[in-house]
Amino acid sequence: MSQSPQLNPQDSRKARPAPLRALLLRDLRIGRRIGGAVSMGVVFFLCLVTITPFAVGPDQALLARIGPAILWIAALLATLLGLDRLLQADAEDGSLDLFLTSETPLELIVLVKSLAHWLLTGLPLVAASPIFGLMLGLAPAELPRVVASLLVGTPALTLLGAIGAALTVSLRRGGLLLAVLILPLAVPVLIFGVAAAGDPIVGFKTPFLILCGLTLAAVALTPFAAAAALRHGAE
Amino acid sequence: MERMPNFANPTQFLRLVRVLVPITAALTVALLAVGLTLALFVAPPDYQQGETVRIMYLHVPSAWMAMFAYLVMSSAAIGTLVFRHPLADVAQKAAAPLGAGFTFLCLTTGSLWGEPEWGTWWVWDARLTSVLVLFLIYLGIIALWQVIEDPGKAARLVAIFTLVGAVNIPIIKFSVDWWHTLHQPASVFRMGGPTIAASMLWPLLIMALGFTTLFLTLHMLAIRNEIMRRRLRRLSLLAAEGAAAIDIVPEPAE
Repeated sequence: MSQSPQLNPQDSRKARPAPLRALLLRDLRIGRRIGGAVSMGVVFFLCLVTITPFAVGPDQALLARIGPAILWIAALLATLLGLDRLLQADAEDGSLDLFLTSETPLELIVLVKSLAHWLLTGLPLVAASPIFGLMLGLAPAELPRVVASLLVGTPALTLLGAIGAALTVSLRRGGLLLAVLILPLAVPVLIFGVAAAGDPIVGFKTPFLILCGLTLAAVALTPFAAAAALRHGAE
Repeated sequence: MERMPNFANPTQFLRLVRVLVPITAALTVALLAVGLTLALFVAPPDYQQGETVRIMYLHVPSAWMAMFAYLVMSSAAIGTLVFRHPLADVAQKAAAPLGAGFTFLCLTTGSLWGEPEWGTWWVWDARLTSVLVLFLIYLGIIALWQVIEDPGKAARLVAIFTLVGAVNIPIIKFSVDWWHTLHQPASVFRMGGPTIAASMLWPLLIMALGFTTLFLTLHMLAIRNEIMRRRLRRLSLLAAEGAAAIDIVPEPAE
């Protein structure tokens, strides 16, 4: 009501959530309208789960033992596969140049874009994981552990992947390189994720808390690396 | 005015390289000759492992160099991003294949050592696994250098990834250690006990020094090659543009 026409710093700080929210809604809308963004990830996840018994044999006990690991590897691959498009579409249609010149910090933009990407790809995987866990012979009592570990761990994978997406944004075929760059860095998340999902020896709490720590560290640090890569790549 | 030569100037640096490389190369030959003689003939065989312990004199220095090269690359990455030092990215690019090479040497010698000692070429030991992940990171860095055409842009992007890796390597090391103690409580890996006899320590240290001078020699040569390659690239770009390449003299006369 009493908004003054001149822009003082407080106003611009107040105005900041709006572009970020708009960006989040835009990315979600694009993901929904483009068709298949959500379902394709889950179908790919299902394909990976389906081919595993063909590779290791339909032995129910063995599948139950390696089930959490299969779900984690499938989630890792499904997360990485779509990531090369995280920023490429924006680079192609010029939105990235607008991000780079906008007042909103690029770090926050990267964080919001990662969040949108996770909501479109990571969250459906987490939601589908109990069903796939049952298919792999996991006991229903084990499922909450798997779901919780994936829920907490997949954001870290998306955020690490955002660094790779930022580094390879200008490359025409960056997808494979992105995987080569990011998979070694995803080793800690995978180790603690799989341990939290179903290791009978260590229990749930220790690896789960470390996994939470890794994800929080990823939230705090990776946007800076990704934003720096975008800025330097654009120079 | 300045008495210190300005090593940010590639030409000055090349002159320095011309002076230094024969010295470090001679040092490398001498140190490796002495070190290998001591390691292969003078040092005693291990009371448990016998003669195969001599692989250690190649294996351990390679492992040190594998990490040293990453340290060099990380410092160079900071030089590229923070100080915009014109030679830092050249140094970083030159160090990546060397680091990958030493890491590969470390893995290979470790595998050869593991076969007689553990009865298998490869075990998912914590150290082996961390070094393997380090090797993958080196390969990723080399791949990133190769796919980005513009050298300046490639340098900055690789520098960022190198620093991301530098932050991650301790985390990877920690998690792999944790993972390994989880799966194999009693490790088969014993480094000849906590103490090492002086008769074995001296050859090892001389070999490590020799590997360091070898790295420095190869690194300087690789930097020189990269500077030449970039000049060639610029000249051919200028020639292709049809610009008068008269102003651009490859080596400014001092």
